[in-house]
Amino acid sequence: MPLTDADKKHVKSIWSKASGKAEELGAQALGRMLDAFPNTKTYFSHYSDLSVESGQVHVHGKKIFDALTDAVNHIDDITGAMSALSTKHAHTLRVDPANFKVLSHTILVVLALYFPADFTPEVHLACDKFLAEVSYALAEKYR
Amino acid sequence: MVHWTDEERQAISSTWAEINVEEVGHQALARVLVVYPWTQRYFSTFGNLSNATAIAGNPKVRAHGKRVLDALGDAITHLDNVSATYAKLSQLHSEKLHVDPENFRLLGETLIISLAAQFGAAFTPDIQAAWQKLMAVVTAALSKQYY
Repeated sequence: MPLTDADKKHVKSIWSKASGKAEELGAQALGRMLDAFPNTKTYFSHYSDLSVESGQVHVHGKKIFDALTDAVNHIDDITGAMSALSTKHAHTLRVDPANFKVLSHTILVVLALYFPADFTPEVHLACDKFLAEVSYALAEKYR
Repeated sequence: MVHWTDEERQAISSTWAEINVEEVGHQALARVLVVYPWTQRYFSTFGNLSNATAIAGNPKVRAHGKRVLDALGDAITHLDNVSATYAKLSQLHSEKLHVDPENFRLLGETLIISLAAQFGAAFTPDIQAAWQKLMAVVTAALSKQYY
């Protein structure tokens, strides 16, 4: 399900608003995932505070969102843009790729929450496809 | 039997009290049909679903969205026994409608996104967590009578 030109346009448009709030949005997406899907906490056993307000969650959330901004800026070569991160997830972090779907969901929730007027069904569709491509690229080096 | 904390019950009922059932049902179903177009296979009698605008304006989509959310209200009224409440509905989806249960999960996710769009910051992480649990319980109950 490759991204159409319309999809790319929609993703870039909503991301132009989202990228300026990377830390807040990232913390929300990550914190909400940890709250609503407790299985995901297993990857953060070294964190002392897993709430949305946590400093650790803020730092890490920003990292995640900045990486997504990178993918948006290289939307014609997401595989290339994610290559180093894929290696990291595959060999060091070893996060089960099933969890990429869970974080993708909370990212969509946060985009809808912060940008309700912009997050139309067509933009939702484009972002869902984009996050699926990012997830696939992240899993590329796993085996 | 599902264990609900008082906070979860409160989170669910307080959100539900603020929802316009017809509007949210319409939004959620329309989104599912746009974001996951293969779901249109279950609605061949609904007329024009050819693009997002058509779907948004389709009166059958609106009517069915309301029906779905009314059924969710039923589950919320019977939080301690969603399985029994949905037994007939589950059988219907399996034996007559032949709906892949994956669709329950998709609609559940989309409804949460619709609630986030409507309530903004008021849809706190704790409230979202309670609703995610409700969607999981509803999905399980609707899938239960499948064979």
